[in-house]
Amino acid sequence: MQSPTPRNPGTPLDLDWVLAAHVNKSAVERRTATLPGRRTVKKDWQAAWLLRAVTCMDLTTLSGDDTPGRVKRLCAKARQPIRPDMLERLGVKDEKITVGAVCVYPSRVKDAVEALKGTGIPVASVATGFPAGQTPLPQRIAEIEQAIEAGAREIDVVISRSHVLTGDWKSLYNEIKQFRQTCGEAAHMKTILATGDLATLKQVQQASLVAMMAGSDFIKTSTGKEAVNATLEVSLVMVRAIREYFERTGHKIGFKPAGGINSAKQALAWQALMKEELGDEWLMPDLFRIGASSLLTDLERQLYHYITGHYAAKHHMPMG
Amino acid sequence: MTTLLDLFKSMDYGPAPESPAAVNAWLDDHKRKFGLFINNQWVAPKGGKYYTSYNPATGEALADTFQAGQKDVDAAVAAARAAFGAWSRVPGPARARHLYAIARNIQKHSRLLAVLESMDNGKPIRESRDVDVPLLARHFFYYAGWAQLMETELADYQPVGVIGQIIPWNFPLMMLAWKIAPAIAMGNTVVLKPASYTRLSALLFAEIVAEAGLPEGVVNIITGSSSAGSMIVTHPDVDKIAFTGSTDVGRTLRRQTAGSGKKISLELGGKSPVVVFEDADLDAAVEGVVDAIWFNQGQVCCAGSRLLVQENVAEKFLRKLKRRMGKMRVGDPLDKCIDMGALVDQSQWDTVDYWTKMGAKEGGEVFQPDIPLPAKGQFYKPTLITGLDPAAATVQEEIFGPVLVSLTFRSPEEAIALANNTRYGLAASVWSDNINLALDVASKVKAGAVWVNGHNIFDAAAGFGGYRESGFGREGGREGLFEYVRPAWMPRPRPDFVPPADADAGKWGEHIPARPAGPSAARAGGRVDRTPKMYIGGKQVRPDGAYTLAVLDTGGQVLGQVGDGNRKDIRDAVEAAHAAHLAKPGWAMRHGYNRSQILYFIAENLDARNAEFVKRIVEMTGCTKKSAQAEVDTSVERLFTYAAWADKYGGTIQETTLRGITVAVNEPMGVIGIACPDEYPLLGFVSLMAPAIARGNTVVMIPSQRFPLSATDFYQVLDTSDVPGGVVNIVTGDRDHLTKTLVQHEDVDAVWYFGSAEGSYHVEDESTANMKRTWVGYGLPRDWMDREQGEGHEFLHEATQVKNIWVPTGE
Repeated sequence: MQSPTPRNPGTPLDLDWVLAAHVNKSAVERRTATLPGRRTVKKDWQAAWLLRAVTCMDLTTLSGDDTPGRVKRLCAKARQPIRPDMLERLGVKDEKITVGAVCVYPSRVKDAVEALKGTGIPVASVATGFPAGQTPLPQRIAEIEQAIEAGAREIDVVISRSHVLTGDWKSLYNEIKQFRQTCGEAAHMKTILATGDLATLKQVQQASLVAMMAGSDFIKTSTGKEAVNATLEVSLVMVRAIREYFERTGHKIGFKPAGGINSAKQALAWQALMKEELGDEWLMPDLFRIGASSLLTDLERQLYHYITGHYAAKHHMPMG
Repeated sequence: MTTLLDLFKSMDYGPAPESPAAVNAWLDDHKRKFGLFINNQWVAPKGGKYYTSYNPATGEALADTFQAGQKDVDAAVAAARAAFGAWSRVPGPARARHLYAIARNIQKHSRLLAVLESMDNGKPIRESRDVDVPLLARHFFYYAGWAQLMETELADYQPVGVIGQIIPWNFPLMMLAWKIAPAIAMGNTVVLKPASYTRLSALLFAEIVAEAGLPEGVVNIITGSSSAGSMIVTHPDVDKIAFTGSTDVGRTLRRQTAGSGKKISLELGGKSPVVVFEDADLDAAVEGVVDAIWFNQGQVCCAGSRLLVQENVAEKFLRKLKRRMGKMRVGDPLDKCIDMGALVDQSQWDTVDYWTKMGAKEGGEVFQPDIPLPAKGQFYKPTLITGLDPAAATVQEEIFGPVLVSLTFRSPEEAIALANNTRYGLAASVWSDNINLALDVASKVKAGAVWVNGHNIFDAAAGFGGYRESGFGREGGREGLFEYVRPAWMPRPRPDFVPPADADAGKWGEHIPARPAGPSAARAGGRVDRTPKMYIGGKQVRPDGAYTLAVLDTGGQVLGQVGDGNRKDIRDAVEAAHAAHLAKPGWAMRHGYNRSQILYFIAENLDARNAEFVKRIVEMTGCTKKSAQAEVDTSVERLFTYAAWADKYGGTIQETTLRGITVAVNEPMGVIGIACPDEYPLLGFVSLMAPAIARGNTVVMIPSQRFPLSATDFYQVLDTSDVPGGVVNIVTGDRDHLTKTLVQHEDVDAVWYFGSAEGSYHVEDESTANMKRTWVGYGLPRDWMDREQGEGHEFLHEATQVKNIWVPTGE
């Protein structure tokens, strides 16, 4: 990440702050139900926002059947997410429009790094026993080391949900802090809370705070493997925690919703959420990522519609 | 020119306009000129005057609408009257089909309605599209259901007749739905007048209704100025007035209908509190404030316009709120990406600005965010005024615009006290994650709607309406039906008193204290004198004025004496009645079981003295012993009835669209002043006292003026029945003289009056002192012995006011 945003040094674990959390679920739902309707962008503005969403994508493949060939193809799409003829008509052909990162399993990092050589697009690797985080700690830490060794510059770690579910904030803090120390200067760290596994929105807020105190550069909703992945509700809770952390410490933490975001309309809703709750800085790739894969095709199709006025066919957009 | 690349870098919002094309075409179809909608026809008498409707966001003229005069109002009322006979006889299920068809047709034309509403009123399309119009349809669906069920669920009721309805400009369609849907569901017909600023959506609605096949004359819509409103209100063939608007106008309408026998419901102003406790989700509460005060530009009767924040989180909360205000977008109402549109009219803008400046003058700190406003149009920034004290006019008066005042409190008790420190009582919200605290505060705030962790949440299944000077009557829910029905036995009251043009309350109720009445045969023979005093605060006290009134039997012989009460006796009695609420536990806070035990005990002790009370009634009234016996027995039975009701009328769960619990609580009115009828000196007294106290009210009773001794004999029954002091207070004397003080008393919550037609007029007229609820007999007969007329739901309804508490759930 070539980011002007300074990294998060973390803070000591402040349990008073964590335990003072209050989240009212119904109010959260009201806000997220009305926000997309309050904040609509159309025409040029919509096209600009969609293009921005492209640059914030962590184009992701996390499947058992990922192969070097599959990763290579995805990386090709990452370098050229929008058809060059379309970029030209949008007047942005010189902008080097790429996705924010490519996100893969540790074993595929090498393939991705090779495929992206010279592009400046970072490779992100999931780690720490992704997706469940149920392997012994040394192995989880070793995964981080290996991924960095293979060339990953961003590490998406999963937390032990049990620490959250049992309210063991100290263990959670220590675990994430170890992950962060392992990432060191070599890689930015996104901490996946796997909110679909957490019991309440209050726990989401508390886990967000602890993850930030422990030094996470980003907090991320989901692995994509939970029964419920990114929702606007958990996202609202997390971005409000980011705001609170920023107001108290002055450190800017990024946000990454992941899983289930596959339409341009959803992407716009998340962008509105970021702009309203955090501000414009949090719309840029150094503080905002969307973990997705099929979303890209829809973004491209909507841009095509903007350019031509015609609804686009999926098969006219090059596959990733 | 801004390029896409610029936007890609700036990530600004841009215009997202909703097209006005269909609305403009509709206006053009009508050549931008509208008549009145009477009998499903457009009528525009020649030579009539027109009024131009403007789009407040652009200043452009939209259309001309007719200014109805007396003849036009007469024609509309006549159409409604002609339609009433047939419509009221249409079986409920058939009426339900009509309401259902209207609801469906609203949905089918929903976008046209929403766009027109935004163009005419200035409200954001997001709100008209997502709130106003869906609620419009929802009300017709909901009341289609009550039309279907009326014959079984409201078997003891009949429709009222022709209803005159006057609605405000802030929610033209929603208010129309709240008025029309329950009215026609119950078999009434309607003449509705929209507000001058916002007439067009009602006219489109008229076409939608006609298209849905509603019979002619059931819904008539006439446009006009406030004088046309007065013509509706004073029209002799209108049976009920329903009004939403300012407290000042409501006061005028109450006066105009006083003594006429017309039913009236008033939904008036407010200065509703938003109470934020330290343990609230503060970010949620900030959004709640946005919903509370910047919904519809703050032009909302239940707007949360008084922010009360716990002192230890106030600084943090206000910082969050100011940040959020900086994110508000004010602009073109037809833009889908704005939060606030235009105020309805320049005059409204001027009023709002006057109050903002007043707030500054009163020492408040005015905050308005640094956000752009359109160059023209009546736009106003969201405004927060901090640092004011409760004494500031800006804190007390309704502003009806996007201006929020903020105060702090230290404790829950202080929060409740501040919340209730207002003449209004329409709504409130309470923000806390502590269920004990939130529900306790919700139960103690005096308001018709209380939202926990939310604000401005509406649904047809829950009633809406005020306490105190926010009016009376409810719209929505089952409770909303009772504004549009009358007990089946009761004809439309036609009082035989016409107030003179120069009616002067100053003369009514004048009373020169009584003098000795002459020799008394009944008291001859050296019996020990037994002269009752006043019964106040559970004690017998001498009348303040030290005058005495003779009680004569039917032969003109002095039978006994009672105190001749005056204003100060009433004052003392009202204070005692309030004290009974403040006692621990207060009368209203006792559980129903306890109140029922006391009512049973009263019945038991009355029955123990059965013969004595029979004898007294015979002596006073000269009736037969058999009839007096029946009266006493019925009185005992009636006490049993209300002992029964003491724990069976607490309220219901409302099936609203909220996930969670919406509870309609039948709260007591508070202190009720009751002037008893002359007929049935004991039964009339008991029939009115018992429902009031059963439901947790405390009362000031003025017994039958002519035959007060049954009531004064009742002191000892009360004394022996564990009735706490001050729950029942009895002041004897000249009924109208005492009633006048009661009805003018601004700390009395309701007055029931069963005296003359003239007195009924004055009670309704003078009730405007604090807009108290009244229930009067118009001097018309009521058979107190009859169970249908003398007890039951009508009495319980009058003894209570509905508070809807909305409690969203989910963790």
